[in-house]
Amino acid sequence: MNSHPSDSYLRTDRLPHLWCPGCGIGATMNSFVEAVKLSGISRKSLAVVSGIGCSGRVAGYLKADSFHTTHGRAIPFATGLALANPGLRVAVYSGEGDLVAIGGNHLLHAARRNVNIMVVCINNFTYGMTGGQLAPTTPIGSITATTPYGSTEMPCNLVNLAASAGAVFVARWTVFHVRQLACTMAEALVRRGFSFIEVLSPCPTLHLQRNNLGHGETEMRYFKEYSRVANNTSPVEAGLDRRDRKIIVGTFVKRERAVFFDSPDSVTLVRKKKVKA
Amino acid sequence: MCAEPLALLTGVHFMDGNSAVCEGAIAAGCRFAAGYPITPSTEIMERFASRVPRLGGICIQMEDECASIMACIGAVWGGAKAFTATSGPGFSLMMESIGYAAMTETPLVVVNVQRAGPSTGLPTMPAQADMLQARWGSHGDYRVIALCPNSPQECFDLAIKAFNLAETWRVPVLIMMDEVVAHMSERVVIPTLSEIAVVQRRYTQVRPGEYQPYRPAARGVPEMAPVGKGFFMHVTGLTHDAKGYPAMDPETQDALVRRFTAKIDSNADDIIVYEEEEIADAEVVVVAYGITSRAAAAAVEEARALGIPAGLLRLVTAWPFPEKKVRELSGRVKALIMVELNLGQMFLEMDRCAKGGAQSIFLGHAGGSIHRPEAILMAIQKAAQL
Amino acid sequence: MKKKTRYSVRIIAERCKGCMFCVSFCPAGVLGRDGTANARGYPLPCIASAAVCTGCALCQKLCPDFAIFIESNHVR
Repeated sequence: MNSHPSDSYLRTDRLPHLWCPGCGIGATMNSFVEAVKLSGISRKSLAVVSGIGCSGRVAGYLKADSFHTTHGRAIPFATGLALANPGLRVAVYSGEGDLVAIGGNHLLHAARRNVNIMVVCINNFTYGMTGGQLAPTTPIGSITATTPYGSTEMPCNLVNLAASAGAVFVARWTVFHVRQLACTMAEALVRRGFSFIEVLSPCPTLHLQRNNLGHGETEMRYFKEYSRVANNTSPVEAGLDRRDRKIIVGTFVKRERAVFFDSPDSVTLVRKKKVKA
Repeated sequence: MCAEPLALLTGVHFMDGNSAVCEGAIAAGCRFAAGYPITPSTEIMERFASRVPRLGGICIQMEDECASIMACIGAVWGGAKAFTATSGPGFSLMMESIGYAAMTETPLVVVNVQRAGPSTGLPTMPAQADMLQARWGSHGDYRVIALCPNSPQECFDLAIKAFNLAETWRVPVLIMMDEVVAHMSERVVIPTLSEIAVVQRRYTQVRPGEYQPYRPAARGVPEMAPVGKGFFMHVTGLTHDAKGYPAMDPETQDALVRRFTAKIDSNADDIIVYEEEEIADAEVVVVAYGITSRAAAAAVEEARALGIPAGLLRLVTAWPFPEKKVRELSGRVKALIMVELNLGQMFLEMDRCAKGGAQSIFLGHAGGSIHRPEAILMAIQKAAQL
Repeated sequence: MKKKTRYSVRIIAERCKGCMFCVSFCPAGVLGRDGTANARGYPLPCIASAAVCTGCALCQKLCPDFAIFIESNHVR
């Protein structure tokens, strides 16, 4: 039997991975491998940076130069990596707790600066690795380990957050949308600037089970049934509320803006000074 | 000839410590810094921001100190020499990432211009009260190297040394300045390029397929590989094996952390630098570092003028601590006086190493001003009468 | 003699965790469950009707565990 067509992109000596049965993170990684193939970027130039948590383990399974950093700091690490080595294509791959809660400030400012990194944010509505606590995206009313009577916090609309902070490419898919996700990731890989892709993913062990929402397969059916592809939707209108029975997916923002440390103006200015000096 | 004529300001300057440490970093080949403004260190980043764009380097102001140090660590893995500069509150925020740098063996330089704390404390006034934080601030067992310049000239010299030590030992190297050294201006001589020894990043000669990022090489230090060249290295803050893969077992943890400590401890003699003045026949030895060592030197001189056999041990490396030297002194002198701008930090280490030999005496206060030589002289006189 | 199908579905049993995404979402109904499990006790998908596989590889793309893939048997 031949090996899996994605094996050369994986650290196969570390498989099977640690994610639970029915978890979607592995499927997003599958799409990411497809995206790398589709994008045509050089294998050697790819660097993957993760933070902490279940999604933070992605870096450890991809056969690329990969960095598993501290909680919340994947984006600043990636910023330094990308600036110091502009030949790299740097992808940050982490979860919503890592990127938006503890690392939220870095997300805002990297988007604002338009740092040339691509961010894949797995949103599974909870903190998986630590045992299912409240996340910035946990829906109102959801039971988590730290909101045993149901969350009363308004969840964060991640695509709106990224877009309003200045990201030049913003998209959302679910784990069910594997083909679309692969194409979107490929597009982000070849674009310059700060791109943000939210991927909704089932957490069967904690979020789904605690809230009587079934298992991974059930959630995938939910994603399939209630997702509406609506490209160019204003991210403000793309909030997620389970009671709406509607998940807006697609590419919401595509725009061009000067990339951090790409600006021809600043380079020219410095060069002029250099000549004078 | 310097490849980058603007990089090295060879000549004699009148320069403050913050400027000098920045020039030292540039001379060491550092072309990346990320920082966040904080008194009294801000001028370091300001100067770097003005200097390095013309040298093809990058200086960025990040959103906080957590981001600053992590961007530097990322830049190091990207192939750059990188550093950040901060002061107490920012140093506290950087602690987690100093642990990450220790765990991932990232050659990183951090400058801490110490001000009086805790918390916001006295932002514009000196202290030396982060010395134990420098050693123990991040969780877990690890080692750092900490250097304590006592003049702008030494800020320049030790900045170069800090980068060299970081590249050699792959540990975070901390330049523990204080507000007075940072802001005092003195003569600083910047030598020519050929007079400066710079340790460049040495990458492995092992081929990508065979390379293991955390296999210990010479003196317990693993070899780095360049990113983007097909080594497909994995770097993690989790306990990891030679391949760099997470390994969640006590045996791997013990071996890894013992290697972190051993690579510094067993090479301490090569790393430690101190200066001795009038030590040979001394009965009372003042131990000091940073700005305090200058007041101590004046006091020792006065004591000698008064016929008191006093000497000075000046710590250039606070960490690793010159344990052997202090032990040797404690066996033959009457008293060791630690003078520092805190309520007894390096004193604890000195006292531990003295092991009840010489009398351990502490002279310090909580910061905000520096010691007057007279106060140190009084302590010497008192100790001499023991 | 068994007729050779256009596509072969390959299952890497030791990687599978039995999430059944492949079984649930195969548009052609190629996959099913037959109660077999791998060494770690995870239920495995089975190939119920290989002949109807269109080679779309949705199972391969959806699999979080890189445990299933499609091979084309086209001989031109």
